[in-house]
Amino acid sequence: MTPAPIAIRVEHLTRRFGAFTAVDDVSFDVKRGEVFGFLGSNGAGKSTTIRMLCGLLRPTSGQADVGGIDVSLDPEGVKRRIGYMSQRFSLYELLTVDQNIRFYGGLYGLSGDRLARRRRFALEMAGLVGREDVLSRTLSGGWRQRLALGCALLHEPPILFLDEPTGGVDPVSRRDFWRLIDDLAQAGTTVLVTTHYLDEAERCDRVAIIHGGRIAAMGPTRELKQALAAREPQDDPDVLPTLEDVFIDVVTRAATVTTSGSAA
Amino acid sequence: MNHVWAVAIKELRQMGRDRRTLMVMLFLPAFFLLLYGYALNFDIRHVSLVVQDRDASAESRKLVARFVESTYFELVGTASSDAEIERALDGGTARAVLVIPEGFGRDVARRIPANVQVLLDGDNANTATTVLGYTTAVLREASVGTGTTVTTRLATVEPRIWYNPELRSTLFLVPGLIAYISMITAVVATALSIVREKENGTMEQIRMSPISTPAFIMGKAAPYLVMSQISGLLVILAAMALFGMPMRGDWIALSFVLAVFLIGAVGTGLLVSTIAETQQVAFQVGSLVAFLPTFILSGFIFPIASMPIVLRYASTVVPARYFLIALRGIVLKGSDLQAVWPSVAALGAYAFLVLGLASLRLAKR
Repeated sequence: MTPAPIAIRVEHLTRRFGAFTAVDDVSFDVKRGEVFGFLGSNGAGKSTTIRMLCGLLRPTSGQADVGGIDVSLDPEGVKRRIGYMSQRFSLYELLTVDQNIRFYGGLYGLSGDRLARRRRFALEMAGLVGREDVLSRTLSGGWRQRLALGCALLHEPPILFLDEPTGGVDPVSRRDFWRLIDDLAQAGTTVLVTTHYLDEAERCDRVAIIHGGRIAAMGPTRELKQALAAREPQDDPDVLPTLEDVFIDVVTRAATVTTSGSAA
Repeated sequence: MNHVWAVAIKELRQMGRDRRTLMVMLFLPAFFLLLYGYALNFDIRHVSLVVQDRDASAESRKLVARFVESTYFELVGTASSDAEIERALDGGTARAVLVIPEGFGRDVARRIPANVQVLLDGDNANTATTVLGYTTAVLREASVGTGTTVTTRLATVEPRIWYNPELRSTLFLVPGLIAYISMITAVVATALSIVREKENGTMEQIRMSPISTPAFIMGKAAPYLVMSQISGLLVILAAMALFGMPMRGDWIALSFVLAVFLIGAVGTGLLVSTIAETQQVAFQVGSLVAFLPTFILSGFIFPIASMPIVLRYASTVVPARYFLIALRGIVLKGSDLQAVWPSVAALGAYAFLVLGLASLRLAKR
């Protein structure tokens, strides 16, 4: 069995802002069609990493290939191959659903038949067929989220970045949203999602827990839980620790290492 | 190019939806002109005048009538003694006192130079100078009317002022107001529109897309440029209708100069948007950047020639300074583009500079 091709390869990626190191020697791979979670508290370095992978921020050192393109060498090339959606759902409130789709289509140079086809795709995916002329301001959280996702996917990017995608959305919409994400991954889209919601992280194929700019743990959530259970026997051996337990354990251990200053 | 269109069309659609902002942008400037134009008026009217008519002849009454009919003066009383004159001036009831000596009518009838005395309250030198000017004008007119020379004991001045023969300060101020109002509208509206994208997070989305910074800036700025241009021309029309500003030059030249000035203003707005993170800050910084230099350093109110050397140098980077020279040239003197070319070139250089700086700052990663 041949391993799935690599969609994102990150090696020793580092970004410093003055004396502060926001991302410190981070390395990981994401396979094609994989849903990879980036888990960490605010300020852990998630956003800085994503911004480097999207070609928005130049790495201080290290290398990152996204869709086979080096982000340092060709940030614009990276931008054409990725879709990006954040929790703010970046829609223009004063524009209608259709006008938003057409604007983002225009940004990615879509026109004619392709725009018409992708516009229909986005409307259907968001469940907004027949509501094209509604002002996006009047849509509720779940609709806006799906419309924003549709806009991010107009140019059929092979790689999708989701930066805390479900803030302020009700549980049913969240579940629907994650179904869409699973479908996309099934169809071969690579998804990298940052989150601090543990239930979201549970839905990822693999997660990396990032703390203080470093990857403190990485792997499928089940394996991370089993590793914790093996190291620290649980009260009930039949019940695996939760991802929350894993997260707290990893973060506290990382903090201890940092304060004692005896890493490695 | 398609990118520029996509952004410009989106921006126009947003503007169209946000009627209130659009109205503010298009019509508030003309309204501002109305307010400022009437408030900022250095002309002096209705100078309170006390008359001591020792002659009490038909000619002396005619002279008093001329003062009143000029509308510069308002007769507030008569004085029968020197003590009364002094009281009127000291008490502030009179700014000017006209003393017509005995024999005035006789001298006029004989067509020999007739003297009158004018006493002015000199506590405000500017006002006094202006009132003196009015007095001279009225007396000159009286001389022509009577065929004799009516002089005051004050030195005779005979100024000739071009372009603004009545020396109306509004005519001098209105071009400055046009510059200020157009500048502030363009700067603030542009800055707000970009900072709004930052606040709403759409800016982040745009930066993640393959659109280049210059394309984004052009698409974003073009609609604001068109709006400011329309608004600027409305202000100019309002200045003509409300304050009788003449238009002695060419409309095409005027529109061109206005456009170059506004490109710089829109660029300034873009630059402000790279500094400000919230709309509130953008509004304050934008207003300040547009207001202070334009009001103080452009020669709008304070003549550049009388500034200390440091401020004179500082004024060379204020775009309104050059716009004012060109605008006054075209509107009041009927200059053509060739005559105002150095100012237009300076405006172009300013626009190039701020747009370049804004692009660099926005593209930074």
